[in-house]
Amino acid sequence: MQGEPRGSKPVPSHWRLFLVFSRIGLTSFGGGLSGWFLREFVQDRQWLSEEEFLNGLAVSQALPGVNVTNLAIWIGYRLRGPVGALAGFTGIVVPPAFVIVLLGMLFSFLARYPITRLALDGAAAAAIGLSLSLGITTARRVPRRIIPWVVLLVTFATIGLLHWPLPWVVLAAGPISVAAEFAHLRRRRPA
Amino acid sequence: MSGKLLALVAVFAPLSLVTIGGGQAVIADIQRQVVDVHHWMTEAAFVSDFAISRLAPGPGTLLVTLIGWQVAGIAGAVVATVAIFGPTAFLIYGVAHLWKRYRGAQWLGAIEGGLRPVAAGMILAAVFVLLRSLDGGWLARSIAFVSTGVLMTTRISPIPLLAAGAAIFISIRMLFAG
Repeated sequence: MQGEPRGSKPVPSHWRLFLVFSRIGLTSFGGGLSGWFLREFVQDRQWLSEEEFLNGLAVSQALPGVNVTNLAIWIGYRLRGPVGALAGFTGIVVPPAFVIVLLGMLFSFLARYPITRLALDGAAAAAIGLSLSLGITTARRVPRRIIPWVVLLVTFATIGLLHWPLPWVVLAAGPISVAAEFAHLRRRRPA
Repeated sequence: MSGKLLALVAVFAPLSLVTIGGGQAVIADIQRQVVDVHHWMTEAAFVSDFAISRLAPGPGTLLVTLIGWQVAGIAGAVVATVAIFGPTAFLIYGVAHLWKRYRGAQWLGAIEGGLRPVAAGMILAAVFVLLRSLDGGWLARSIAFVSTGVLMTTRISPIPLLAAGAAIFISIRMLFAG
């Protein structure tokens, strides 16, 4: 958890960072963007360690805001400071914003062909793989102790099965889990 | 700024700060404000916009950009986008900065370690809900699981994977339909 955020490869330039975020923004049909980030930044390019990425992911998920833009700002900042944060944010938001307006103009035309719908359903199904592999990667790195796993299962069940409002679940489970983790760290390494 | 642009800010900026766990949580409230309160568009137009936002690449919350564009043109698109992403962008920026400053502190480690199971539960719950609501039944679910397996065991880029998912889905559907 300590030390430099770096993966094993040298840090990219601002412009390169912007281009990578743009490419993810423009090709991520079917969602699962955080899974793309894991793929591109940790596994492929090795600009960030998995540990560092998962820490950013956890914070991005718990804070208000769109998770994906939160994570883009976080990664950009860790790699390249304030300008990197700006590169991450604009890269993931601006190019796809143009696309959605264009799609809005084209929609009546595209929707006429049923094959459009089928192609997007198929891509969306494959894109779930990105989210699921991210979920599995994150779960594998949850400490093998009782409380973290109870928190994981309760979070999953209340949101996925019972459809409780997410902010309340996060506001309840977050502090409990953090307090338990703090107590655990204190026992191991008194401050 | 015209009245409509100010109204866009007034609708979307507060929603920015109550969005936890992704944009889906605030869709219902966006619909209420845009359709029922401000009468900017019909219910049907909103549903069509929502569909577009699901099939477009990038963050699903760009739905808001599309609404802004339809309500007040290019200025509307820009204003709505800044309003929904701006406030929380500063928040996460500030937190990222604090993180860098206090790196290594015990309480920071506790927050990171403590939030991780919450994040894992949220992601897996989102996947579960997506899998249940997926159009295309067993075929779509099989594609999702195969794609997961491929991603976890190979270094393949997601782009050919998504293309393959689309191609397989179309071929099998056409085969069964014909």
